[in-house]
Amino acid sequence: MNVENRTTKIEVPILARVEGEGALDLEITAGKITKCELRIYEPPRYFEKFLEGREPNEVIDAVARICGICPLAYQAGFSNAYEAAFGVELTPWIHDMRLLMFLGEWIESHYLHTHLLAAPDFLNYRSGIEMAKDYPNEVLRGVRLQHLGNEILKLLGGRSVHPNGMKVGGFYRAPREEEVAVLIPKLEAALKDAKDVVEWFSQLPFPDAEVPFKMVSLRHPTEYPVFATEVITSDGETFNINDYDEHFREFHARQSTALHSTTIAGEPILFGPLSRINLNFDRLPPHIQEMANATGIKWPSRNMFHSIIARSIEGYWAIERALEICRNYTYTDKPALEYTPKAANAWGAVEAPRGIQIDHVQLDERGYATAIRISAPTSQNLPCIEANLRSSLETFGLDKPDDELRLHAEMVIRNYDPCISCSAHFLTLNITRQ
Amino acid sequence: MSTPDKLINFAKRPKIAVHKFSSCDGCQLALINDAVSLLELATMVDIVHFAEAGPLDEFAEVDLAIIEGSVNTHHDVHRIEMVRAKAKYVLSVGACALTGGIQALRNFTDEKELRHWQHDVYPEETEVIIEGDLATAKPISAYVKVDFELPGCPINTGQILRAIRQILFGVEPEKNVDPVCTTCKHAGVTCVMVAKNEPCLGPVVADGCDAICPKLGRGCYGCYGPAKYANMDAMIAKLKEMGLSDEQIKHKFHHINSQAITFHGVVARTISQ
Ligand code: SF4
Ligand code: SF4
Repeated sequence: MNVENRTTKIEVPILARVEGEGALDLEITAGKITKCELRIYEPPRYFEKFLEGREPNEVIDAVARICGICPLAYQAGFSNAYEAAFGVELTPWIHDMRLLMFLGEWIESHYLHTHLLAAPDFLNYRSGIEMAKDYPNEVLRGVRLQHLGNEILKLLGGRSVHPNGMKVGGFYRAPREEEVAVLIPKLEAALKDAKDVVEWFSQLPFPDAEVPFKMVSLRHPTEYPVFATEVITSDGETFNINDYDEHFREFHARQSTALHSTTIAGEPILFGPLSRINLNFDRLPPHIQEMANATGIKWPSRNMFHSIIARSIEGYWAIERALEICRNYTYTDKPALEYTPKAANAWGAVEAPRGIQIDHVQLDERGYATAIRISAPTSQNLPCIEANLRSSLETFGLDKPDDELRLHAEMVIRNYDPCISCSAHFLTLNITRQ
Repeated sequence: MSTPDKLINFAKRPKIAVHKFSSCDGCQLALINDAVSLLELATMVDIVHFAEAGPLDEFAEVDLAIIEGSVNTHHDVHRIEMVRAKAKYVLSVGACALTGGIQALRNFTDEKELRHWQHDVYPEETEVIIEGDLATAKPISAYVKVDFELPGCPINTGQILRAIRQILFGVEPEKNVDPVCTTCKHAGVTCVMVAKNEPCLGPVVADGCDAICPKLGRGCYGCYGPAKYANMDAMIAKLKEMGLSDEQIKHKFHHINSQAITFHGVVARTISQ
């Protein structure tokens, strides 16, 4: 049948293996994509509003509930903002423990995403459960690594989902040395697993797809970025996170109840592991750079499908960095600093597993919130996902059967690891061909 | 017919679905996070719908539907009714599904204020929100009959696997009736309220989390919801005696489980608004 005249409509109720749910509207007219909208039906949860009037540590407990997969990103982002607001200078001990705990979240999130959500796409399985039948060792290895991340979170927060250990100025409790020591042999063993994962992923078949977007990440003065205040872009810009609004714009798009972000000029911007590794390759220790080069990928890479490799390399780095912190650990009886609340305006930023998490608080003289802003990595990436879908579906071939187009579209979306649970809950793919 | 009698006819190899409503996905992680148990579970039951894990068949007939999240939109009212109609048993999990969860803090606003919220957070083109949004975030049981409930924000892996196992064996999942204090006493955890003068809701909050917060040296903030026998008046008197203002006390109960009757009603009665 002539492609130009075909009219088809496909509905897929929910996009599987994505955190949260959304819809995709795709229209193909005369062999061209005429509409491509990632629609997110967010039952708005209004964290920004109901947290007004709350004290700092109540906010830290509450914002975890924005997302079950990266609760700490919000807790850490807001802690940073409050500490900036109250002029708290973290001790090296607190800084290291914050980093350790957050690396736990990177490890947990990266291995969960790569093994259970993303990898099945490359190997043609519908789920990680199905994939595990043919790849039991690989899946169990990923699960082991993910559990190690959870264990780190548990050490400092009592549990991995919505951990309870962090407060403004530090932690409620310092772990004893022997509790930290039990992690050391596990982290050592994990290095081998993590290296094998990088090798396994580098053998996956990667479709071609170049993303032209401006890449953005935090930049740390000496190491791979997790907590930092400087932002860099692939266009060579550098600015402080406090000037975020002068460079990027967050807005509400009609088709979505999640917010979108672009540059001030309206171009899509890419956040997340691929941007991070591209812009901070020089901050990886030399032997990890070698490991990254040994995958056969030429870094910087603009193939969005390489995100799965970027995640596995970051996972390796995170395990190694966590090991270093644990080996140097000493107990303190001062896991938190005192502070005097005051009226202030402040920003906090962290590299969440999926990209920069930016939070802003406006506080009254008691330190209670009078206004709150939360920018999640997914909202920054939404316009990119849409633009990427257009280009990669065209590269893939619009004359392919609807089912293949749908699977490919889902695979593109999953590469971003969109975490729309903070927002959105319903994905229907409507393909209309005219 | 009592639940155990009904459960006698529970399928030998049941079909299970996991549905998400307005939530953070944290409760379903109790299954995904422990993939080893999930893989084992998949050998005993057919998981026919679990969007985040992979399988999709939203309105299939199932023996057990596990529900996370609260109902916040018109669309979701329709969806939960469909899910209920197709499920023999419904198990609600987590604070969102049981009490509306943290997003139920919107229930304290009136319609006018909610409009302000909508415009503040979504300044442009808000119709899509205004049309879809309900003025309240309510628990699953406000719309359909729920057979079993597991509290917690989040629930934990042990809790849900135990509940599923009990249902598979034809037994109604047991409920925790004690407060967090019970675990503290059993585990020999020093009482943070006595030793450090830290406000702790442990005496009126349901056990089941293994007293995570007191073990970390901090007070419980109530994520497992009210305990069965909670002396709220004594708790509030104690918090006042510790120097907390009415506003601070109100915020403590108007948090993750704000719509739980025990918390909601007593706060309204005891604390000047
Ligand atoms: S109860 Fe808590 S952990 Fe569970 S879905 Fe709701 S917010 Fe997330
Ligand atoms: S101690 Fe209280 S707040 Fe902490 S995890 Fe348990 S129930 Fe939740």
